[in-house]
Amino acid sequence: MTLFLEQLLNGLQLGVMLFLMAAGLTLIFGIMGVINLAHGSIYMVGAYVGSWVFLETGSYFLGIPAAIAAAAATGVLIEFFVIRRLYERDHLDQVLATFALILLFNQGVSMVFGLQPLFVATPELLSGSVELLPGLIYPVYRIAIIVSGLAVAVGLYGLINHTRLGMLVRAGSTNREMVRALGVPIGLLYTLVFGLGALLAGFAGFMAGPILAVQVGMGEQILITTFVVVVIGGVGSIRGAFFASLLVGVVDTMLRSYLPGFFREIMVGPEADTLAAGLSSMGIYLLMAIVLLIRPKGLFAASH
Amino acid sequence: MNKTVKIVLLVLLAAFLLALPYLAEYAGGRAFTSLATRALIYGIAAASLNLALGYGGMISFGHAAFFGIGGYVVGILAYHHGTGEAFLGFIPGSNQLLVTIPVAILVSGIFAAIIGALSLRTSGVQFIMITLAFAQMVFFLFVSLETYGGDDGLIIRRTNEFFGLNLRDRTTMYYLCLGMAALVLFAIWRIVRSRFGFALVGIRQSERRMAAIGLDTYRYKLVGFIISGIGAGIAGALMANFLRFASPDMLAWTKSGELMIMVILGGVGTLFGPFIGAAVFIFLESVLASWTPNWQFPLGIILLFVVLFTHGGVQGLIERLGGKRE
Repeated sequence: MTLFLEQLLNGLQLGVMLFLMAAGLTLIFGIMGVINLAHGSIYMVGAYVGSWVFLETGSYFLGIPAAIAAAAATGVLIEFFVIRRLYERDHLDQVLATFALILLFNQGVSMVFGLQPLFVATPELLSGSVELLPGLIYPVYRIAIIVSGLAVAVGLYGLINHTRLGMLVRAGSTNREMVRALGVPIGLLYTLVFGLGALLAGFAGFMAGPILAVQVGMGEQILITTFVVVVIGGVGSIRGAFFASLLVGVVDTMLRSYLPGFFREIMVGPEADTLAAGLSSMGIYLLMAIVLLIRPKGLFAASH
Repeated sequence: MNKTVKIVLLVLLAAFLLALPYLAEYAGGRAFTSLATRALIYGIAAASLNLALGYGGMISFGHAAFFGIGGYVVGILAYHHGTGEAFLGFIPGSNQLLVTIPVAILVSGIFAAIIGALSLRTSGVQFIMITLAFAQMVFFLFVSLETYGGDDGLIIRRTNEFFGLNLRDRTTMYYLCLGMAALVLFAIWRIVRSRFGFALVGIRQSERRMAAIGLDTYRYKLVGFIISGIGAGIAGALMANFLRFASPDMLAWTKSGELMIMVILGGVGTLFGPFIGAAVFIFLESVLASWTPNWQFPLGIILLFVVLFTHGGVQGLIERLGGKRE
């Protein structure tokens, strides 16, 4: 039971990280109609810059603004120089242009920071573990991730549902042309949304630092999973992204922790472990395929 | 461009391609033949992808799956030929190219039928993502098969046999791939100019219109997708023979991206475009890699430039050379 709860928390932690990525991606797609493969690169930039500042200054809490600022700046630059030219193009051009950006960013980051991964320690204030329930000991840092992820979700909920900007965002994802026709400075709105998405991605990247190695290619790993989340949740829907993130996070974590045991029961030898590892990696894609076959637009598709 | 000039150009191109290994040897660059072989193999894959993507308007982000399946068919059959055990207990291994290629066609066709039948229920961005998802499933499936090398891939100790030819010889392999490329190109040319091909293009332009005049658009798209997947499977089988190696790298999602890049570089929805795009990509990659270890950086810049500013790459040139877009 404690193991189950612990894995549930791990799943939750992965889920909120995915949500930070998926929120931006789904808004960018919903409002601008752009498939942005470079979202993972922004995550990587946030992770690198934030971790570098953390390692240089020794202060984790200086790393946060550095990561966020670097990611947001990168996002705004990408929007200005590349994405802006893709709004009227088809998905194929968008996929390829942002695929080219991935090549650029991966190589660029390895040129600046070197090929060695950055290893970041857990900040002192958030290190150690606490006993949540009798027998359930859980690292503070992961709890901090869950809490800040949920706080961001609440903040986004407020922003989207109770501010003028949020109103425009909602209107934009429902009917882009109408918002433009009503005289909203759509270019500014696009840049803001893109910058916001980038900021969240950078924050996620920085928080992932102490858990995963900060290395080139980290962006693509999470990017594809994020796309799975966005598609399951229904593109353009923040609410869908939230529930799909948690679903994907928990399903993925559970499969990874329970499948190996299951396969060791029915098979012998090291083959059981590799087979289980492979099959558990397939899980979320299978989930997505099933969801799409039942609801081709995703669970919480914004109505068009 | 008038027809005679076109024919003269084609004959010149054919003569150049036939003479290429000798020219390469004469110029002292034998590696060039291998490079050209790779370009031909990727050309086959890209041209097949183009059938779905350019003619049929189905943006598949998962064609690496079929490419890799073709490669693994060759690898797994060779493995069972080597050990003498039958695959699943009843399918004997083989190292005959005349067996492995048809089996690669069959298996990639079956996979394309399953993946296509499910994926084509969606459209737009969901289609792109669900094809990617299926390709990732295939990727992780092969990574998890320890018997066939898992993460490390499967080394093919002996190349396939084909009428007593030595396929280890680079020149022989080049001619084999050239022949296959010509066959695939001819097949695609016939398909595009058939009633089926026109219907496929019609569906890309307006699915509702084609449905309204009474076509079962889903079936047409599915058949197009299956043919496209089979072509990628043939390319994968050739690649496995060429490299004597089948690995999860052939199934990686970046491979799907590279195939799309080749199509775009050469020109979407053109006959020769994907071959030219594949050649440009392979040569660009090797030239840049010989200049700098950071070759992906200039490659990224070039790609970005092509997508943003040229509206479909070398396409204008290609359109004058080969078939027109519509």
